Amino acid sequence: MSESAEIALHQRAGVAASRGARLLPYALSLPALLVCIGILIPFGTAAWYSLQRYNLAMPFTRGFIGWSGYLDVLSDPDFWNTVEVSAIYTLATVVLELLLGLGIALLLRERTRLNNIVSIALLLPLMTAPAIAALMWKLMTNPGFGVLSWIVGAFGLTNFKWASDPNTAMLTVVLVDIWVYTPFMMILLLAGLRSLPTQPFEAARLDGVPGRFVFFRITLPMLMPYIVTATLFRLLDSIQQFDIIYAMTQGGPGDSLMVFQVRAYLEFFQYTNVGRSAVLMMILWAITYALSNVFVKQWLKLRERSHGAQ
Amino acid sequence: MSDKIKAMFEDFVAGRVGRRELLRDAARFGIGASAAGMLLNAAQTRALAADYDWKAHQGKALKVLLNKHPYADAMIADIESFKNLTGMSVTWDIFPEDVYFDKVTAALSSHSTEYDAFMTGAYQTWQYGPAGWLVDLDEYLKNPAKLAPNYDWDGILAGLRSSTAWSGKPGDALGGPGAKQWCLPWGFEVNNVSYNQRIFDKVGVHMPKNLPDMLEVAAKITKDAGGPYGIGVRGSRSWATIHPGFLSGYTNYGGKDFEVRGGKLKAAMNSPQSKEFTKLWVEMIQKSGPKNWATYTWYQVGTDLGAGASGMIYDADILGYFMDGGDNKERGHLAYGAFAANPNETAPTANVWIWSLAMSNFSKNKDAAWDFIQWATGTDHLLFGARKMDMVNPVRTKIWEDPEFKEKISKYPGYLEQYTATAPKARIYFTPQPLFFNLTTDWAAALQQMVAKQVPVDEGLDKLAASIDRQLKSAGLG
Repeated sequence: MSESAEIALHQRAGVAASRGARLLPYALSLPALLVCIGILIPFGTAAWYSLQRYNLAMPFTRGFIGWSGYLDVLSDPDFWNTVEVSAIYTLATVVLELLLGLGIALLLRERTRLNNIVSIALLLPLMTAPAIAALMWKLMTNPGFGVLSWIVGAFGLTNFKWASDPNTAMLTVVLVDIWVYTPFMMILLLAGLRSLPTQPFEAARLDGVPGRFVFFRITLPMLMPYIVTATLFRLLDSIQQFDIIYAMTQGGPGDSLMVFQVRAYLEFFQYTNVGRSAVLMMILWAITYALSNVFVKQWLKLRERSHGAQ
Repeated sequence: MSDKIKAMFEDFVAGRVGRRELLRDAARFGIGASAAGMLLNAAQTRALAADYDWKAHQGKALKVLLNKHPYADAMIADIESFKNLTGMSVTWDIFPEDVYFDKVTAALSSHSTEYDAFMTGAYQTWQYGPAGWLVDLDEYLKNPAKLAPNYDWDGILAGLRSSTAWSGKPGDALGGPGAKQWCLPWGFEVNNVSYNQRIFDKVGVHMPKNLPDMLEVAAKITKDAGGPYGIGVRGSRSWATIHPGFLSGYTNYGGKDFEVRGGKLKAAMNSPQSKEFTKLWVEMIQKSGPKNWATYTWYQVGTDLGAGASGMIYDADILGYFMDGGDNKERGHLAYGAFAANPNETAPTANVWIWSLAMSNFSKNKDAAWDFIQWATGTDHLLFGARKMDMVNPVRTKIWEDPEFKEKISKYPGYLEQYTATAPKARIYFTPQPLFFNLTTDWAAALQQMVAKQVPVDEGLDKLAASIDRQLKSAGLG
């Protein structure tokens, strides 16, 4: 091989190598791109349906109506009831689960054999499918033979109707949600607590700092990124609640538990109103997007602060 | 001898000899009950096959979608007859009723070719039919080349045939001009009172004569029976709460769901008749219904009666029938009665629920699926279901006259009598329209609010009617 041919061969190899290096990042992100497209197809379809009058039972009325479907939903008092019910449910479940989860995590913080066994046992409800949990609770709250009805009856509440009464239905489903998901909060916060540096706590102990001061000024601020993360997960999940409520009451009595997902489900599967169901889902998406944005920004701020502290 | 035996069973199937003669001759040949059943089945298969090419689709495979129900159990128990008759294979998926119709909607709306035929109620076809998901079965019923000569379409009760046919135009009468046959009746139920005779005797009450009387009887049971509550009716937030006892009594009081004016619908749930009936109904549940009434479906209403937790139910007659068997605690204590809610009416106006079979428009085996449907709704299979299984109520008049079935049903005190008294006016009393499920679910939700005293009955019904009128207008129906 002549010298010039050898140089040309080296040049070609070099060009190919640099082209490969240039394409590598795109090739590596290709799976993510494909997944993204897979997610966007149904999303785009739902967005398109939300701009149409589209009831499967009345195909002759199908047509593009733009934002009219949204205006129709937003002017419906039932929709605002759904917003209110969803907000109450989300707030009640997230706050109570956070407080309980944090309390239990603090109790289980020390790595003893008993604490390890208890923390595993506490995870059992999380392994139960929420719909099954709801059916179990439905039996336990049955006024005829339910163990919980018997217990509250022993305290004089003989006519307590649980999910059958609009006044106590919310309390009942919130209890089921707490039973299922508190362990989720607990496990995240426990992991956070156990990963905190020990020096500040040792220093506080040596200085004789009161426990309440340690909790509010050291533990809580250091745990905040974990709290925000756990709250975000539960918040997004709670606002999209379906299985517990549907299995227990189908959104009733009346409209007392008519949260977003239940209404959207009924609109699609029972009333075949695809357009209206899609509008509800798009509004729910907008709400969850806005909430997660706020939380993610907060979480980034906290992370920056904690990195700065290091 | 085997030819003689075959001929003997064939004569019976052809109606040339009676049941008594058949039993006598079978005994003479030393044929036991199970062998006789097998021979009869084989004779029926041969008779069916004689005049129609049941083997036309031999080798094809069908898949059907079924709801967990005694009718489905009967079909599965007899499926070998269909396989032998046609040479086709059949598989099925079964789902509990809570999720069954969601599964049907999902399969049909996605234009899935998976299922060839499926169980449905007549109300559901008001959605599925106009959506283009169902085959109009008149295409087969009116085509002599595709209908087995002995199918006997006219042998199905006239009210059921018309109740499963609709033109698709909101407000048009069922079975009226231009109606399409969206499904074929398979089994049905009328809504009447099933009651626990033991509890009634203990408390000293009688089968209620009308709704005001029912309130008194139910209240006395709740007060004096020492545990059981008075009356079981459905209460979940679902269309299924409206169609059984509620609509039957409501109609008896002169209530209507809609007025049809110039092709447009107007809600009539707040008429004086409706308010009068609804007030009594709500009061009855508040005073003598189950504590967690708002979660009550068909299952809870039935199991409470079977377990002795309720004194009576105003629901499907077949629900009481099913609770009078198996391992139910109150088996043998139940009785049945026709019920006219209005003191000024003598005859019941029972709304009916018709379990039917329909054909998916997306089936790749439509002609084969038709053979399955006509077999399953044909006389032989329904006779098998009525005699050997729990396929009540039969949709064919001939089966009601069958001595073996009559003997079987006579063991249920008052069952045949309540059916006979109710049959003349038993039909679907809803106005057919495509928003059936939205509007009846709203109706059930309004009832829940009234029973929970969140809103007075008058105000609740006015609000309901206004809300329904808004929805009808928005959909172009009002």
